[in-house]
Amino acid sequence: MIWVIARREVGAMFLAPMAWIILAVMQTILGYMFLANLDNFFLLQPQLMQLANTPGVTDIVITPLMQVAAIILLMVMPLMTMRSLAEEKRNRTLSLLISAPIGMSEIVLGKFLGLVLFIVILVSMLMLMPLSLYLGTSPDGGKLLSIYLGMLLLLSSFAAIGLYLSSLTENQTIAAISTFGVLLMLWIIDWLGSSVGNGQSVLAYLSILKHHQAMLEGVFKSSDIAYYLLLITGFLVLTIRQLDRERLL
Amino acid sequence: MTEALVQVENLSRYYQQNRAISHFSLKAGEVLGFLGPNGGGKSTTTPVISGNLAPSEGEVSIAGHDIIEAPRAAKAQLGYLPEHPPVYREASVDEYLKYCARLHRIAAGRRESALERVKQQCGLTSVGERLIGNLSKGYQQRVGIAQAIIHDPPVVILDEPTVGLDPIQIREIRELIRSLGSERSVILSTHILSEVQTTCDRVLIVRAGELIYNASIESLNQGHEHSYTVGL
Repeated sequence: MIWVIARREVGAMFLAPMAWIILAVMQTILGYMFLANLDNFFLLQPQLMQLANTPGVTDIVITPLMQVAAIILLMVMPLMTMRSLAEEKRNRTLSLLISAPIGMSEIVLGKFLGLVLFIVILVSMLMLMPLSLYLGTSPDGGKLLSIYLGMLLLLSSFAAIGLYLSSLTENQTIAAISTFGVLLMLWIIDWLGSSVGNGQSVLAYLSILKHHQAMLEGVFKSSDIAYYLLLITGFLVLTIRQLDRERLL
Repeated sequence: MTEALVQVENLSRYYQQNRAISHFSLKAGEVLGFLGPNGGGKSTTTPVISGNLAPSEGEVSIAGHDIIEAPRAAKAQLGYLPEHPPVYREASVDEYLKYCARLHRIAAGRRESALERVKQQCGLTSVGERLIGNLSKGYQQRVGIAQAIIHDPPVVILDEPTVGLDPIQIREIRELIRSLGSERSVILSTHILSEVQTTCDRVLIVRAGELIYNASIESLNQGHEHSYTVGL
C-alpha cells in the first residue's frame, strides 16, 4: 500500500513541470560550478604537486560542490514538499485515502517514500559529475559513497520536515516558507554556540550543517546517521499524529 | 439477511457549538435517505459514519466491524463519496480509477474488469482517456461515484451526489442510485425531498442536529396526505 501511494506521488511530480524544472536548474547551475571548481584545481595543481599529504581532487572539487548543492537544495526542497499534503487538503482529496482501508501511517510513509524516490533521482544525477572524474583521474571512491549517502540522508530529513509542515496547512505557499524557515534555522542554529558556553555542544549537535559537513569530508559516524534517522522518524510521527488529530477536530 | 449492515448507535459529534445526533440501522438492499436543511448536521454525520471524522460519543459498525476499533475491516466494506468528489484533476479517468482500485486492494487480475464494470455503470466509457479536470461537473460527480463502488462494497454512502447537476444528469444519477440499492445498502444524504421520495426506501430527517423523523417512505407520503408538516 505504501508503494502504491509512493508511485502515484512520483507520477504526479513528473506530470507537473515542477520536478523537471528543478532537476534541470540544479543540473545546469551545479554543472557550471563543477566546471569552475575543476578549472580551479588545474590552476592549483602545480603547487599541490610540491607539497606532501595534499588534499586530492575529491576534496578540492567535489566537497565544495556538494556544500553549495546542499544550500541550494535547502531552498528547493520546500518547493517539492509543499504540495504533498497541503494540496490534498485543499482539493479535499485526502478523504479518498482516509476512506480506503489504509492506515494513517501508511499514507504518510507512502508520501515520504515518494519524496525519497525523487531525492534518489536528484542526487544520483548530481553524482554523475563526480563519477565523470573517473574518466581522467582516480577520485576517492569511499569518500564519494559517503558524500552520496550524506546527501540522501540530508535531503530525506528535509523531506520529513517539509511533509510535516505541509500537513499543518491547506496553503502550499505557507508550507513552503515555513519549511524553508525551519530548515534554515536548523542550519544556522550553532552560530550562537560560542557565547552560551555549555549550550554550545547541544546547539552544535542540533545543527544539520555539522552532521552534513562530516559526511562530506568522508567521515561516516553512526552518531550522524542516528541524528538524521531520529529527525526523520520524529517528523514522520508528528505528521501521522497531526492527520489523526484532524479527525477529532 | 437479518443482521443490519450499518449499525449507528447513539452517535453524536459536536461541531462548532452544535451537536449532531444519529441512531439508526440499515439492512442490505435498503436505500436510506438522510434529509435535512443545510447546516442541520447532515454533513457532519456522513464523514463520521465513513471514518473521516471521529465521533464524540457512540458507535458505528459497518458489516459488524467497528469503525474505530477495526477501521480497515470496516472501510473495506464501505464506499464513500464525500460532498466534494475527491478526484485528482490532473489524472485521467482511467488512471484515477485504477489508483482507487489499488488503494482498495483489488487483485491485479480483477482490476481491469472492475474498471470496465464501474465505467459501464456510471456512463464513463467514452471519457476514460480524458483528464478529470477537463470534465464537466456532472462527469466529475460520476467519477466520484465510480470511485465509491469500484471495490463492490456492500455499503455505499453518497453525500449530496446531485448538487450542481442539470435535470437530465440528476435523473441519470438517481437511476444509478436506485440500481445500486438493489444489491447494496445505500445512504444518501441530501436536502431535496423529491430526491428522497424517488430513490429511497426509508427516510431520516435531521434538524439542528436532532433526528426528528425515522420511517419508511410510504408512511412519509401518507403523512403528507394528512398534512403532517415537517419543518425544514
